[in-house]
Amino acid sequence: MNPLFTVRDLEKRYGTRIGCTDVSFDLWPGEVMGIVGESGSGKSTLLSCLAGHMPPDRGEVHFDGRDVLAMSEPERRFLARTEWAFVHQNPRDGLRMAVSAGGNVGERLMAVGARHYGDIRETATDWLGRVEIAADRIDDRPSAFSGGMQQRLQIARNLVTGPRLVFMDEPTGGLDVSVQARLLDLLRGLVRRLGLSAIIVTHDLAVVRLLADRLMVMKGGRVVETGLTDQVLDDPQHPYTQLLVSSVLQV
Amino acid sequence: MNVIELTGVSKTFTLHNQGAAVIPVMRDVSLSVAPGECVGLLGASGAGKSTLMRMLWGNYLAASGRIIIAGTDVAHAEPREILALRRDRMAYVSQFLRVVPRVPTLDVVAEPLLVTGTPDETAKAAAATLLTRLRIPERLWSLSPTTFSGGEQQRVNIARGFIRQVPVMLLDEPTASLDAANRETVLTLIEEAKARGTAIVGIFHDEAARDRVCDRMIDMARFAA
Amino acid sequence: MTAMDAYNFAYLDEETKRMIRRALLKAVAIPGYQVPFASREMPMPYGWGTGGVQVTAACLMADDVLKVIDQGADDTTNAVSIRRFFQRTADVAVTEETEAATIIQTRHRIPEAALREGQIMVFQVPIPEPLRFLEPRETETRRMHALADYGLMQVKLYEDIARHGEIATAYAYPVRVEGRYVMDPSPIPKFDNPKLNDSPALMLFGAGREQRIYALPPYTQVESLDFDDHPFVASKADHACDICGATESYLDEVITDDQGGRMFVCSDTAFCRSRQGDAA
Repeated sequence: MNPLFTVRDLEKRYGTRIGCTDVSFDLWPGEVMGIVGESGSGKSTLLSCLAGHMPPDRGEVHFDGRDVLAMSEPERRFLARTEWAFVHQNPRDGLRMAVSAGGNVGERLMAVGARHYGDIRETATDWLGRVEIAADRIDDRPSAFSGGMQQRLQIARNLVTGPRLVFMDEPTGGLDVSVQARLLDLLRGLVRRLGLSAIIVTHDLAVVRLLADRLMVMKGGRVVETGLTDQVLDDPQHPYTQLLVSSVLQV
Repeated sequence: MNVIELTGVSKTFTLHNQGAAVIPVMRDVSLSVAPGECVGLLGASGAGKSTLMRMLWGNYLAASGRIIIAGTDVAHAEPREILALRRDRMAYVSQFLRVVPRVPTLDVVAEPLLVTGTPDETAKAAAATLLTRLRIPERLWSLSPTTFSGGEQQRVNIARGFIRQVPVMLLDEPTASLDAANRETVLTLIEEAKARGTAIVGIFHDEAARDRVCDRMIDMARFAA
Repeated sequence: MTAMDAYNFAYLDEETKRMIRRALLKAVAIPGYQVPFASREMPMPYGWGTGGVQVTAACLMADDVLKVIDQGADDTTNAVSIRRFFQRTADVAVTEETEAATIIQTRHRIPEAALREGQIMVFQVPIPEPLRFLEPRETETRRMHALADYGLMQVKLYEDIARHGEIATAYAYPVRVEGRYVMDPSPIPKFDNPKLNDSPALMLFGAGREQRIYALPPYTQVESLDFDDHPFVASKADHACDICGATESYLDEVITDDQGGRMFVCSDTAFCRSRQGDAA
């Protein structure tokens, strides 16, 4: 078995300021990695560079043996709507608000050539069910959905083409605590059943405790600690990680 | 052939945010456990029993030494290797149940089987059998265990730990807060596991239970740092 | 002093025509691709065909025969005013007969009579970007065209079926040109879409306000988008023309009184008249 996603010496600078630097890791098939750190730690910059939204200044990114940074724009876009997925913190950034739920889920299928309305609709219905949205909401627009439903719809829209790697940016960020738990449970089930690899950026340690196999802790654009999720959270080694873990309010 | 083999293991905690205080916990730990053997850890509170259990499970990092469990050196393995070990070859019954809210008890118990690719039906049937043996009323199976009493949560945790047949088990006070009948069931489960060849490391404050299932006792004072 | 002396031939100055012709050449070279051009102020408001008028002005020669139609009719305000405009500024011959025309400027229709080689169709286009209603950002729609990333266009048709049970888009029905660019055929009824395919005439499209020109050279392959299980249908009202009896022409529904009386008549007035002449 080979790593699915390989990153070496990645760096992004904003002028003289470091966005992220010296980032290297291998992500294996089926592995979920959490990137944690406070605002400004470089985790969002890193995610943008990994997902191809922003070109890094230095470093290498390989997906399934393919050099992502050397890809042409059409190749990268095709990858982004087939084998990759990106779940935004704000569902408005990841959904088309003027298009029905079914159209939102079907878009990626149509983008890769699906031309049978009945099949597209059947697949969309199946996916709405998997994210616990009733089939009779298929023709409603996301603007009529609650925040949690919108986020679940975004997930369905992303996973419908069977991606192998999912990037998530604070997937539970804007949701009520009760809704967060449901979404996390759903994501956990989907990731396990579909054998997805995922990279989740969050500042919420409870999210990574539930979803991530391993963690990367970032501070000032650098990775300060990595390891198995419960090891990093239960026995943090770096001063910053210790501070981060001890700052979480216990309930 | 031992299935658990520790050599020269030490552990310290460095509290960077408290003046970088270094707390040595244990040193030079050597321990072997053979298949079918149950080893109990002895020692006063703070002697490092739970710390050692966590080092075996992989969520505490060893400062030095090797912790070889069913072929994997937990002290040096990659996260995915430790996860594979936990998924396929090792189970841990901790004192506290940590679950995703709103997941039904039956699914919580079945999960360790599901992640190994066992069909849904089979896994849930196995979960139902164990919950029945541990006297969790069927009407509770569809509820999340987060609202259960301490004893019920402990039994859900035990069911979750025993649902797979694995070569290595870690048991942290498995009979604490159980009534006589359930205590008996748990001890029987342990004996069944031993008979299957499972190597067990456990912490038992219950002396009678210790005498009944443990083949050897290790005093943590031997490893004091 | 006549209008001919006061204005350059066909109103626009030669430099402007040159600029428009360069855009037209590029548009012909890349069928279906929207070429930006520096649209001029014209002596008529936007929405009255300023894009089409500029394209016609750039194509018009002294010996051309011009036909102008609006919704298929030669005698509606828009058609009449544009025809007069070119009569006064270019002094060209005009006609209402499709067969006799060398240049046909149109709003919302393609004539029923078959077009022939050498003819130029000029379409007035309000919104040239077929993806616009779903993707408001021009930078993004341009990138989508560049990468032939057209899933979104299909989403529009999906939404139609989901909402109406069929593809309810009845005009400005999107087409794919030579398997490459997705193009808005201007607000012609979808009944006319098949006439775009493999046409012997040159088709030019001008959007004045949006400053875009695009084209279909003669004999270009033009395919209407659809789904396998909801194929494109070039539909029309299920009637015959109440005046000429034609069954194959596109019909307008005309309300005749306040009691619900109505009749269906050919939208293409020249076509209808020629049939009446044949019958007489």
